[in-house]
Amino acid sequence: MKTNQQQPKSSPLSENAVREAVNALYRSDSRHIFATLIRLLGDFDLAEEALHEAFRIALEQWPRDGVPANPKAWLVSTGRFKAVDGIRRRARLDVLEDADALADPSSEDTEVWDDEGVEDDRLRLIFTCCHPALSPDAQVALTLREVCGLATEEIARAFLTPAATLAQRIVRTKAKIRDAGIPYQVPAYAELPDRLEPVLRVIYLVFNEGYSASSGPLLTRHDLSEEAIRLGKLLVELLPEPEAQGLLALMLLQESRRAARSSPNGELILLDDQDRGLWNREQIAEGTALVERALLSRRFGPYALQAAIAAVHANAIDAAATDWAQIAALYEMLMRTDSSPVIELNHAVAVAMRDGPAAGLDLVDDILGRGDLADYHLAHAARADLCRRLGRTAEARAAYEQALGLTRQEPERRFLERRLRELQG
Amino acid sequence: MKYLCLICAETVLEQMTEAAAEKHLEEYVEFTQAIKESGHYLGCNRLLPPSAAITLRVRNGKVTTTDGPFAETKEQLGGYYLIEARDLNEAIQVASRIPGAKHGCVEVRPVAEDEQTLKALGFADASR
Repeated sequence: MKTNQQQPKSSPLSENAVREAVNALYRSDSRHIFATLIRLLGDFDLAEEALHEAFRIALEQWPRDGVPANPKAWLVSTGRFKAVDGIRRRARLDVLEDADALADPSSEDTEVWDDEGVEDDRLRLIFTCCHPALSPDAQVALTLREVCGLATEEIARAFLTPAATLAQRIVRTKAKIRDAGIPYQVPAYAELPDRLEPVLRVIYLVFNEGYSASSGPLLTRHDLSEEAIRLGKLLVELLPEPEAQGLLALMLLQESRRAARSSPNGELILLDDQDRGLWNREQIAEGTALVERALLSRRFGPYALQAAIAAVHANAIDAAATDWAQIAALYEMLMRTDSSPVIELNHAVAVAMRDGPAAGLDLVDDILGRGDLADYHLAHAARADLCRRLGRTAEARAAYEQALGLTRQEPERRFLERRLRELQG
Repeated sequence: MKYLCLICAETVLEQMTEAAAEKHLEEYVEFTQAIKESGHYLGCNRLLPPSAAITLRVRNGKVTTTDGPFAETKEQLGGYYLIEARDLNEAIQVASRIPGAKHGCVEVRPVAEDEQTLKALGFADASR
């Protein structure tokens, strides 16, 4: 390692100013530095330790010696040096080979941080955390922990899991990465479609967990959604694939309605009844531009199509102005690429808006008749709504009650109860 | 690293028509040749069907045996390849070319190569 005296540096700063600079650097770049340290050290835990050592030493030395010209490179090489030093000391009685290999003299400090390779490090980290050999739960936990840098307790709270369970999941996942030989690597282009899929799924899962908590009194857990959007932006920046753009667009467009989708006392407000003045125009513009880019590539998939549907909603001046024909057509495309009963249900609702409730009800009854969505509260809620619009009150009431029996979410329960009362009144 | 690729399928060779079995084996000739050339090959075997299996346990020094495999599943272990690969991604690339993967599935398992295991199994010199 080069000594600090030899490095060009800015004039000495007050200790407070340095502390602030270090903190800012930690917030903006620590995960990035961590990703590079994993590549250099080949181990998550060693890299984590090295990261904290490097920042600790920076806090000690920078007030005295000034902030180095390239602080990120300084932190990486300091962290690596400390880790290798530690391995050497621990291994003194053991074999020295490993430590020598790590301290390969051919990899000088300058090479440690060349911007192109370093961008890849963050992508390597994402693909490693979302490796298909890991379970979906493990992928989510590790991504939030290692890529986003969330504390184990924060993740546990967000997913309503005991912290000890989550900590153990992370430890086991890291052990599997080591034992199974999961490499720290961005997949080859030919493997990308297959490998990108779990990455997108993890990000969308985190977003949805924040957008609509799967149970409990709160409708949204904002922080997770924000984290997911941040991840989505990072992915698009590093790997501008159409489906990554589509996913980011989808999240931005859904997020744009956050302020409008529940009342101050937590009641759910449906799209039709939302105050569109509360929609976030900036997010809508950003999301719409991304969808357009993804669709132009002609290599788009289900995320871009769902984003396109969200964009049609977002760009309608009011509910009546919604272009249902276009939405129904987009759902038909979606059913061809990625058919699922839930997508069919959404298609049925769009058809009901385009051709009337009777046409929609036929489709919903087909889906329910197959037994696919028998336990899905939104299927019964949709059926109830269509029956209500057709004046089939008794059937509507029965379906609302069925939906009510299936939902676990408080705001949704209250919404369904309100609809039931309206039918009786 | 070494990986054991366990090939499982609902239909084993013995249950195939003669023509299908022949074609299946031809695919294996080609695959085995290819991974020998690429340096991934360490070993392989095809297993006779589970109907030929016997499972034994020793309890209190007494051997008890039962017929059949220890786990009755629809998918049967039909054979394996032991391969050498740089990491799991390379192992996946090799395993995905195993002909049986098209009909059944392949479980890819890393081989334990910690010192204790190597010593216990008589590979103490580490470089097997």
